[in-house]
Amino acid sequence: MIKAKIKPVQEILDAINGYEKILNVGCGGCVSVCLVGGQKEVNALNAELKVHLKKAGIQKQIDGYTVERQCNESFLKELDNKILEYDCIVSMACGAGVQHMAQRFSKIPVHPAVNTVSIGVDRDLGMYEEKCRACGHCVLGYTGGICPVTRCAKGLFNGPCGGTNENNCEISNEIPCAWLDIYKRLKEQNRLDDILKVYPPMEWQNQSPRTIIQEPYERRYLALG
Amino acid sequence: MENNDMKSAGNFEKILRAGHFAFTGELGPPRGANIDIIKEKAAPLKGMVDVVNITDNQRAMVRMSCWAAALVVMNEGLEPNYQMVCRDRNRLAMQSDVLGAYALGLKNILCISGDHQQFGDHPNAKGVFDIDSMQLIAMIKKMRDEGRFLGGADIDTPPKMFIGAAANPFAEPFEWRIHRLAKKVAAGADFIQTQCVYNMKKMREWIKQANDMGLSEKVYILAGVTPLKNIAMAKYMKAKVPGMEVPDELIKRLQGVNRKQVADEGIKIACEQIEEFKEMKGVAGVHLMAIEWEHKVPEIAERANVLPRPKV
Repeated sequence: MIKAKIKPVQEILDAINGYEKILNVGCGGCVSVCLVGGQKEVNALNAELKVHLKKAGIQKQIDGYTVERQCNESFLKELDNKILEYDCIVSMACGAGVQHMAQRFSKIPVHPAVNTVSIGVDRDLGMYEEKCRACGHCVLGYTGGICPVTRCAKGLFNGPCGGTNENNCEISNEIPCAWLDIYKRLKEQNRLDDILKVYPPMEWQNQSPRTIIQEPYERRYLALG
Repeated sequence: MENNDMKSAGNFEKILRAGHFAFTGELGPPRGANIDIIKEKAAPLKGMVDVVNITDNQRAMVRMSCWAAALVVMNEGLEPNYQMVCRDRNRLAMQSDVLGAYALGLKNILCISGDHQQFGDHPNAKGVFDIDSMQLIAMIKKMRDEGRFLGGADIDTPPKMFIGAAANPFAEPFEWRIHRLAKKVAAGADFIQTQCVYNMKKMREWIKQANDMGLSEKVYILAGVTPLKNIAMAKYMKAKVPGMEVPDELIKRLQGVNRKQVADEGIKIACEQIEEFKEMKGVAGVHLMAIEWEHKVPEIAERANVLPRPKV
């Protein structure tokens, strides 16, 4: 799922500076799962903001509301009437959710409260590891289920580079070398032949905005044959 | 070599094809637009080396563009080996730079991934890495041999470059390194310059693998040699440069001589290595990386008995 991290509180305070009535909107989707933008975090952020504002002697109304998912129009609808009383929206959703909010309520400024970081997995409670960059052309079958685009700092398709630092990447002793891991896994599966061939240049699919339509729905949205 | 047709019109290729033991040097472009610095660094290399590698924003520090510095070096009467990293350019920029470089007289190119931007003075730059070094080799080969761009369109006057690649026999996983060399050969590398060699035992083993797999017959392998100037440098190379192996015996040897003699001992070690490489089957030459020590190259060349350089 999508993983995000809260912005520094000062950045959020700066963003809401000058607005009187603020609605902080949480999202029950991915950001809730990674403990950064669900209902609980909306309440926590609002409490923190109020403490800072009180210290600074600033009066503002900050309310909270959490929708099922900000990336679906039908869940945003329930805010239609509510939103009218606010002059600023803070969204704790991922970048997609923030944009969706800003599009639906285009007359009101929307500020993100989190930085969307990655598509990743749960390493442990509150610890998430990036696994996918949504490049649109998955090569995991060829690389033993280890993503060279995401996990190799240079995104190499024919690694490892000459910078392998024992078992780690040249940039850090804490980042394992993706290509060393790819090598070990393919060796274990007796599949090293796969990476003996020169992998050709990537046909990047993520260089322009993409909208996808799943096959069963193509008839509905596209004028086909 | 299998194919006797010249790939480029360069002197470097001619020397290798004639079977001479090649001796190549290196020059880092300046951190500014000062041409005099390039000329100063180039002067001691004249007549000492067959080709001079011009590094491309090495250690991810901004420097004068290497094709421009290479042209200055060429005008000084040296043949440049123009380096290109994958970090700073996408496939469009790479191909256009190759065309421009060739059009203005550059004949050799070394294709490398490049140090990650995090090492340099713009650590949060967006690394390009559109294609990797393997794919860069294949792309330039396609431009040269098929006269076509990566995208397939015809090139009017293809760039006849002699294509080089780097190899690091020492980085993990060691047993895969020879296969990576094989991939670079398959991609189209004409010559290889290795990472600085200090662990001779491992180097001998790697070269033997290259010989056994027939790779040293398909590609000219130049062994990388960097003389150790002092003990701090040796320790830095060992601890801080990823993929570099400096055996403890070597550091002990430097520590064993009088402080004033350390630099000389470093050169002595380099010369011993060069002598061994001259005799080593599968090694076609030495790439001397005298880092910020260009003025010492004549002395090293003299002491390593690689002078005079052959005229072909």
